[in-house]
Amino acid sequence: MKVAVTGLNNVDSPGPGVPVIRGIKDSERFSGKIVGLIYDALEPGAFMPDVADSSYLIPYPSGGLDPFFERLAYINSIEKIDVIIPTLDAELYAFTKLSPKLAEIGIKTFLPSAEQITIRGKDKLFSFCEENGITAPKNILASSIHELYAMPSELKFPVAIKGIFYDAYIANNFEEAAAYFGKISSKWGLPIIVQEFVRGEEYNVVALGDGTGNTTGAVAMKKLYITDKGKGWAGVTIDEPQLIDISKKIIEKLEWKGGAEFEFIKDGNTGKFYLLEINPRFPAWVYLAVGAGQNLPYAALQLALGEEVENFENYEIGKIFIRYSWDLITDIKKFEEITVKGVVVNE
Amino acid sequence: MSKKVYERPVIIKQHSGLMNKFGSSPVQPTITEIDGVAVNNLVEEYGSPLFVFSEKQIRENQRKMLRIFKTRYPKVQFAWSYKTNYLSAVCSVFHQEGSWAEVVSEYEYQRARKLGVSGANIIFNGPDKSDSALETAVKEKAKIHIDHFDELYQLLEITEKLDLKANVAIRVNMDVGIYPKWDRFGFNYENGEAAHAIKRIMTSKTLNLVGLHTHIGTYIMATEPYRLAVLKLVELAKMVHAQYETVLEYIDVGGGLPSKNTLKGQYLDAEQLLPSYEQYADAITSPLFDLNLPPDELPTLFLETGRALIDDAGYLISTVLGNKRLSNGKRAIIIDAGVNYLFTSHWFNHKIVPAQNSGNFTENAAVYGPLCMNIDCLREDIVLPTQKKGDRLIILFVGAYSVTQWMQFITTRPKITMVMEDKTVEVIREDEDLEYIISPERVPEKLTSFSLK
Amino acid sequence: MENYKIPDNLAVSEEGFLFLPATGESFTLNEIGKIVIGLLKNGSSIEEIIERLTEEFDVDEHTAEKDVNDFLTQLKNFRLVEEI
Repeated sequence: MKVAVTGLNNVDSPGPGVPVIRGIKDSERFSGKIVGLIYDALEPGAFMPDVADSSYLIPYPSGGLDPFFERLAYINSIEKIDVIIPTLDAELYAFTKLSPKLAEIGIKTFLPSAEQITIRGKDKLFSFCEENGITAPKNILASSIHELYAMPSELKFPVAIKGIFYDAYIANNFEEAAAYFGKISSKWGLPIIVQEFVRGEEYNVVALGDGTGNTTGAVAMKKLYITDKGKGWAGVTIDEPQLIDISKKIIEKLEWKGGAEFEFIKDGNTGKFYLLEINPRFPAWVYLAVGAGQNLPYAALQLALGEEVENFENYEIGKIFIRYSWDLITDIKKFEEITVKGVVVNE
Repeated sequence: MSKKVYERPVIIKQHSGLMNKFGSSPVQPTITEIDGVAVNNLVEEYGSPLFVFSEKQIRENQRKMLRIFKTRYPKVQFAWSYKTNYLSAVCSVFHQEGSWAEVVSEYEYQRARKLGVSGANIIFNGPDKSDSALETAVKEKAKIHIDHFDELYQLLEITEKLDLKANVAIRVNMDVGIYPKWDRFGFNYENGEAAHAIKRIMTSKTLNLVGLHTHIGTYIMATEPYRLAVLKLVELAKMVHAQYETVLEYIDVGGGLPSKNTLKGQYLDAEQLLPSYEQYADAITSPLFDLNLPPDELPTLFLETGRALIDDAGYLISTVLGNKRLSNGKRAIIIDAGVNYLFTSHWFNHKIVPAQNSGNFTENAAVYGPLCMNIDCLREDIVLPTQKKGDRLIILFVGAYSVTQWMQFITTRPKITMVMEDKTVEVIREDEDLEYIISPERVPEKLTSFSLK
Repeated sequence: MENYKIPDNLAVSEEGFLFLPATGESFTLNEIGKIVIGLLKNGSSIEEIIERLTEEFDVDEHTAEKDVNDFLTQLKNFRLVEEI
C-alpha cells in the first residue's frame, strides 16, 4: 500500500501533510509506504524521520494541469501509488478536476466536488447558511460605496469590512467603512463583503464526511495559544455538543466528501455559535483528533479505498496539542539530491 | 566525426519558496503544426506575424455546444456574436453551421446583410440604434432588442410613421449575484422597469413582443448566475402569459461563457477553475421547464455565445526578433507581434508556446512586442525554453475580440489566414500596406509641400 | 574581449550542482554550463571556450559567442566570476 500526501511544509504556518501522515502511520492496520509530494525542495516533512519514505518535487498546479498530471503519472510509474491525499487549499481544484484521470492510472482520491469547494467562498457561504438554518454573521456584498450606504438596517456598527479573498477591518461608522472600502477594493478588487461583527471567542472543528451526508467523525477544539500570525500553537479538545451538531448539519446539507475544518465564533453576549469559514481539507491540528481517539486521516484513507468505516461517536475531552519547532540537521547532499533529481529518499 | 547536440549553457540559482525545475518549469508543449499544416510553411508563405484560424475547430466548437444544449432542451438557436469576431469568413462558417447573426451596431447589421443573412435572422442588440438603422431593421423584420425607454419611444414613432409592425424583445438586467452588475444595459428587473416596458409594448399597436433577452456579463466563471438570470426571465415570461395571454417565441440568454484563456490576477489556470459547458447548460436550461408549457409551446432558447466558440480556433504566429537580459538578470524575448494586435492581452495571460523543439532548459522570461512603447508587453512572466532569433512563438486562444479590437498603430496589420478542413490555406484578410492606411487621409493644399535643409 | 576567472574554491558536482560555501547559495547547471565553468576554471579564454564548443558541438561560432556571453552575464550577476 502506498499513500501519497501533499503539504509537508511544516513551517510556521504549517501544512497539514505531516500530521495526516502521522495519523495514518499510527494506525495498527496500516502497513505500507508514504510518498511525500512537495512543491519546495526544503519542505521539512521530506527530511523528517518516520514521515515520508520518499518525497518528490511536483510543479504548482497553477502552471497548468497537463504538466502537473504528467509529473504525478511519472511518480506513479515508479512508486505505484494507491491513494493521494491532498491537504492544501490552492491545489484542491486541480486534484478534484484530475481525480477521474488519476483513477484511470490506478490512484484513488476522496475529495469534495468543485461545487462543494466553491460554496465555502466568502461570498457564497452566507447564502448557504441562510438557506439551511445555520447561524452565520450577516453578510452583504457591496460593489460600490453607494451600496455601502444602502446597507440594510439589521447590520449595526461595528461591522467587519472584508476583501473577497483576504484582508479584514473593523469599521465603527460609515466614514470608517467607506475608507476601508476604498483601501480593500484597490488591493483585492470588488465586491467587498460587509459582515456583522461578532465579538467573541473562536472555536474550531475538524471533521470527515463520507460523501453521503454522514459524518464519520468530528472533534471540537479551543485554541489555547495563538501566534502573532493568528495560528493556533496549542489547543484542547472540548465538550461542546452544539459545535458537533452544527458541523454534522453542514456535512449533511453539503453531502461533504473528505476532510474539513469549520471555524466558529461564539457570541460573547448570546452564547450563539456563528460559522465563519469552511476549509475544504484537514487542518494542521488534525493530529489532535488522532490523539483524542478519532483517527480521521486513517478513516479518510479507508474511505478512499472504498472500505466500510464505522462512525466515531465520541472522543477524549481535555487532550491538548502543543506545537513545537525543532531543528533538523542534514547535509547539503540531500538538498542537491532533491534539487537535481527531484526526489529524496529517507533511509 | 559527427558533433554532439548543442544546448546553450545555462545556470539557474536555487531559490527556496520559488521555483524548481520539477516545479514551475514544466516542459512546454510545442505546436509545430496547425490542423496538419506546418507552422514554418505558413510563415514562409504568408509572412510573420500571422493570424491563423481553424475552420475545423470553429465547426467542432459550434457543433459540440449545440449538442450540449440540444440534449437538454428541445429548441435551441445560436446567433453568432459579430463583435467577438466579424471577419466575413469566420461569420460565414457560423452561418453555415446554422447560427443567426447577433449585431450591436448599424455597421455590424450591414456586415451581416452583406454576407446574405436575411433581416429575419438578425438579432439587433445594443444601446446605439439610429433612426435609419431602426427603419431598415423594421422593414427587414429583424428582431430588435430594446435597450432603454427612449429607444422604445423612438421605435414607436418609426413604426407608426412607416405603418409597419416590429418584432421586438426587451433586454433585461438583474441582480444575479455577480460583480460587476451589468445594469447599464437594458431594463432593470428588480425595480420594475422591465415589467413597465413590457406593459408599454403590449399596449402598442405596432410593437410585437416576441422575446425576452438578457446578457449578464462576460467571462462568467460560475453557473449559478445563469440559473438565476433564466429564472427571472421565466418569471417575466409567466407574467406576460398570465396578463396578456401571449406566449413568447424565445428567451435569449446572451453570451458570457468563458474560454480557456486565463485572466490576469487569477492564480489558478482557467481549466481548473471553470465549470464545464455541460454544467452551464444545465443551469441555463433547467429553469425553462418551470414555464410549465407543453413542449410545442416552449420558447426557443437563443444563445449569443461568442468567446467560447472562437477563442481556441485562433492562433497568432510570431517570430523572435531578439533576446536580452534585463537589469535584474531576467530574460526578455522580443517578438514581432505586439499589443496592437492583441488588445486582449491587457486582461488575459495568453498562453505562448514555441513552434519548434528548443531544448529542455526553461527560464522565466518577459515577452515584449515590437512597438517602441513601454506598454507593449504580452507576458510579464512566462516560463519558456530558450528562443533563438528567428524562432517562432505561437500565441494561443486569440480567436475572440483580437481581430475586432486590434488597432493600426506604429505599423500595419498582418494577414489573416484560415486553415480549411481539407488542409488547404486561404487568406481571409490581406495585410495592410501604406496605401490602404493613407488613402482616406486628406492633406490641406497649403501643407502639401515643404523643403528641409 | 575581457577574460574571467572562477574562484578556486568553486566546485561543480557530477550532477551539475554548484554550492558556494562562502555565501550558502546553490545553483544548477546543464551539461554545457558545466563544461564552460570547467574551462573557465582551467584558465581558458573566452575565445578558447567558443572554439572548444564549436569543435565539439553542433553549433556555429556566432551562436556560441552569443550564448557564452549571455552565460557570463549571468555568472557576473550571480558574482561567480572575477574579471581579470
